[in-house]
Amino acid sequence: MHRHVLACLFASLLVPCGFAQDITDPRYGLTAGLFDAGEAIWNLTLVSTVQPPGPFVGVTNSDLAFRDNYVFQGNYNGIIIWDITDPAAPTLVKDYLCPASQSDVSVYGDLLFVSGEGLGGRLDCGTEGVRERVSHDRLRGIRIFDITDVTSPEYVANVQTCRGSHTHSVLKDPDDDENVYIYVSGSAPVRPEEELEGCSGLMPEEDPSTALFRIEVIKVPLSDPAQAAIVSSPRIFEDLEAPPRHGPSPADYEEAEKARAEGRFVVTVRGQPRILRDRQVSAYMRQWMSEEGREGEPSAQDSADFRAALPAFMAARNRARGITRNARRGPTQCHDITLYPEVGLAGGACGGYGLLLDITDPANPVRIQAVADSNFSYWHSATFSNDGTKVLFTDEWGGGGGPKCRPSDPMEWGANAIFTIDESSRMEFQSYYKLPAAQSNLENCVAHNGSLIPVPGRDLFIQSWYQGGISLMDWTDAQNPVEIAYHDRGAVNSERMQSGGSWSVYWYNGLIISSEIARGLDIFRLKPGAFLTENEIAASNTVQYDYFNAQGQPQYAWPATFTLARAYVDQLERGDGLDSEAVTGLRQGLDAAESESDAERKATLESLVPLLSGGSDTARLEALGDVLRQLAGS
Amino acid sequence: MQTASLRLPAILILLWSPGLLLAQGSMEELEALYWARQKEAMSHFTQADVDFMTGMIGHHAQALIMSRLAPANGASTAIRTLAARIINAQNDEIELMQNWLRDREQAVPQVHIDGLNLMMHGGGDHGHHMPGMLTQEQLEELSAAQGMEFDRLFLTYMIQHHAGAVTMVEDLFAVDGAAQDEAAYKLASSIHVDQITEIARMQQMLDDFANQSQ
Repeated sequence: MHRHVLACLFASLLVPCGFAQDITDPRYGLTAGLFDAGEAIWNLTLVSTVQPPGPFVGVTNSDLAFRDNYVFQGNYNGIIIWDITDPAAPTLVKDYLCPASQSDVSVYGDLLFVSGEGLGGRLDCGTEGVRERVSHDRLRGIRIFDITDVTSPEYVANVQTCRGSHTHSVLKDPDDDENVYIYVSGSAPVRPEEELEGCSGLMPEEDPSTALFRIEVIKVPLSDPAQAAIVSSPRIFEDLEAPPRHGPSPADYEEAEKARAEGRFVVTVRGQPRILRDRQVSAYMRQWMSEEGREGEPSAQDSADFRAALPAFMAARNRARGITRNARRGPTQCHDITLYPEVGLAGGACGGYGLLLDITDPANPVRIQAVADSNFSYWHSATFSNDGTKVLFTDEWGGGGGPKCRPSDPMEWGANAIFTIDESSRMEFQSYYKLPAAQSNLENCVAHNGSLIPVPGRDLFIQSWYQGGISLMDWTDAQNPVEIAYHDRGAVNSERMQSGGSWSVYWYNGLIISSEIARGLDIFRLKPGAFLTENEIAASNTVQYDYFNAQGQPQYAWPATFTLARAYVDQLERGDGLDSEAVTGLRQGLDAAESESDAERKATLESLVPLLSGGSDTARLEALGDVLRQLAGS
Repeated sequence: MQTASLRLPAILILLWSPGLLLAQGSMEELEALYWARQKEAMSHFTQADVDFMTGMIGHHAQALIMSRLAPANGASTAIRTLAARIINAQNDEIELMQNWLRDREQAVPQVHIDGLNLMMHGGGDHGHHMPGMLTQEQLEELSAAQGMEFDRLFLTYMIQHHAGAVTMVEDLFAVDGAAQDEAAYKLASSIHVDQITEIARMQQMLDDFANQSQ
C-alpha cells in the first residue's frame, strides 16, 4: 500500500515502518455483546445467523468444510453439521459430541476427517478428558468418520501422531483415484514414547526417527478407510540451517580424565566430556547462586555445593541449549499446508518460514523455496491465486488470542504478506495487507483463514480476522491490495477480552460462510456496488463445487456464459480498459444476442469481436474475445 | 474446554436437547448457557497451571526489562523492531495470564519495573528462579552495553531467556492433568511455538552478526 511506503519514511520511530490502524472506520467502537453486539457491514448482506446446539454453546467453534448442501463445522466439543439448502434458515442435521481441540475438519466423498491436538481428546469421544500425562485413552491425531449418512456419522478409524494434529490438509492426487493423502500439521510438544510408541523429541543426530523437523503424510484407502496409516514423514525442513558439528578425539578424553584428577570442573555435554574454563566456572557458579537465592562472594561451602549441583545445573542448561540448537535448524513443524494439486504446488506456513513445496509425488513433497520476513512472527496459512502465480501467507501473530489490531499496532504485524511466484517457482515479496480498521483491546484480532472468491479476471480473498470480523481483499494488483467489503461485530464481552469472532470464512457456491467462535454460523452474500458488479457476482456463482476444503485448494474455470462476458465488460469499463462507446456497443450486442436464434446470435456475437481491438487491457480483452467466440460456437 | 461441559445447573441442561434448543430456547437462555459454560470451564485446572501462569508472568516481565533497553542503548533498527514486538507480545500475554488467574480466583501477581529491577506483588515468590532468567549481573551487563555490543548481547540473552520459557511449557505438559484447560493449553502452546520461532530468528541474526564481523 502506498501509505505503507510513507510510513516507512519515519523509520526512526520506536516501531520501524509502523502505521497506526484507522480509528475513523465504522468498525471501531462498536458496542459489545454476545448475541446483541453492534454491527457494521459494507458490500455484504447478512443472510442468516444460527447459534450452536446446546452442548456446543460456550465452546469454541473452529474450521469449516463443505459437501453438497452441508456445512461441517468443527467445535472443540465435536462436529456440527448444518443443511444450508435454504441459506436464510440453516437446519441442524447432526451434532456429534466428540471433544478435541481444534477439531479442524475436511471432507472427501463419504469421509470426514477431524484434527485432534489438545490433551483432553479421547479415543472413545468421552467428555471427561484425560488427566494422566501418559494414557492410552488419549487421541492426538486424525479421526475418520464415514458420512454416507450425514445424519449419523460413523466413527471408523483413528490415526495417532506424535504431536497430534493442529490442522491437516487432504490431498486428492489427480493420478490416484483409490487413495487420498492427509498432510498433518501441528507444533505442539511431542507426546511421551510410553503413550505412543516411536515418538521421540530428540535431535536427528541422537534419534534419526525423531518427530521433530518432519511432517506426517497419512494414506487413506478409500475402499477401506480403517486401514489409514502414516506412509511417510518427509523432512521438508532439512538443511534450512546446518549446525556445525565436531566430535571429541581420544586426546580430548585423556585430557578430561587428567583434569578430573586435578579437581577441575568437568561436565558432560551431549555425552562428551568438556573441561570448564575458570571464567565459565565462575559465571556458572554466580548464576547458580542467584537461582538458589545465595548472596555475596562464593564461599567454600558454596563451591562444594555447586560441584554437587553441577550435573543437574548443566543438564538444565544443556536442555535450554538443545532448544536453541533445534530452533537453529529451522521450524520443526508447519502450522498449516495448503495443497494445490492442479499446479503441483503446496504452500507451507511453518514457524518462521513460508515454504513452497513440489507435491507432484503426493507422499513425498519436496521443498522448492523458503522465505522469511522480519515483520512476520508466525507463518500461519497460505492461499494461492487461481492461476498459481501468486501466494499469500498469513501471520497469526500472538496465536489468535491477542488484540493485535489496536490503533497502535503496526500494519505489517499480524498481517498478510503477498508474494508472486515466477516461472521457476521462486517467490518474491510484494506487499502486506492488514484489516484496515482499528479494533479495541477487548477484541482478539489477527490475520486468519479465508478463501478465494471466483470472480473472473480478479483475485478476491475473503478472510477472517477473529473479532476484527471478515474482510474482502482484492489482491489482483499484488503490490496494492485493497478492501472492498466487510462485516464486523463489537466485542463479545464489554469488560475484558474474551475469545470470539470469525475463525474461518469461505466462499461456497455463492455463499460466504463464517464460523463464529462464540456466536455460531453466519451466512452472507456479496452485494453489488462500485467495486463489484451484479454481473461479476453472477459470473462467480457459475462456479460450483461438490465439496470444498480450504487447505486443498481447487482450481476453477468459468463456463462461457453471457454473464461471464458481461462481467468482463464491466471490468473493462471500471478499469478504463476500453472506451465507453465500445462498452455500450458490447452491452447492447450481448443483450440482443441472448434473445436471438442460433444463427442470428452467431452473427451478432462475431460482430462484437472487432470492438475489442481498441482497448488497452490486453489479457481481459483476450478473455472476453474467447468467451464471445465460444458463445458464438465458432 | 472439552472436559467442561457436562456439569451444569439442571435448568441449563434442559437446553441441551437440540430440537428444543433452536425452536424454543430464547436468546436470553442461550446467553445464560454460554456464560455458565464459560464459568464452568474455569474450574478445570491444576496447581501446575497456576504455577506456570504465575511464573511466566515474572518471566515475561524480565523480557520487558531487557527489551525496553533497546532504544536508549543504541540498538540497530532490526533489534529495535524485535524488541518492540517482544514488548507488545509479552505485555499482552502478561495481561492474559493475569486474567486467567483472576478468573480462577487465584492470587494475581502485579508487575512493577523500576529500571533493571523487577518487583512482583501479590502472586507469591515466583519469577526469579525460572529457567532462562538472567541474573542481575547479566542484566547489568546488558544495560551497560551499547550499539553492536548491545545487539549481540541482547540476542544472546534473549535466546537464553526464550529457551527457558520453552522449557517451562514442556515441563507443564509433563504434569498429570496440566494444560487441560482450553485457555491454558492455547496460551502455553502459543508461547511454545512463538518463542521457538523467535529463537530461530534471533539465532539467524546472531549468525549474521558473526559473519559480518569476520
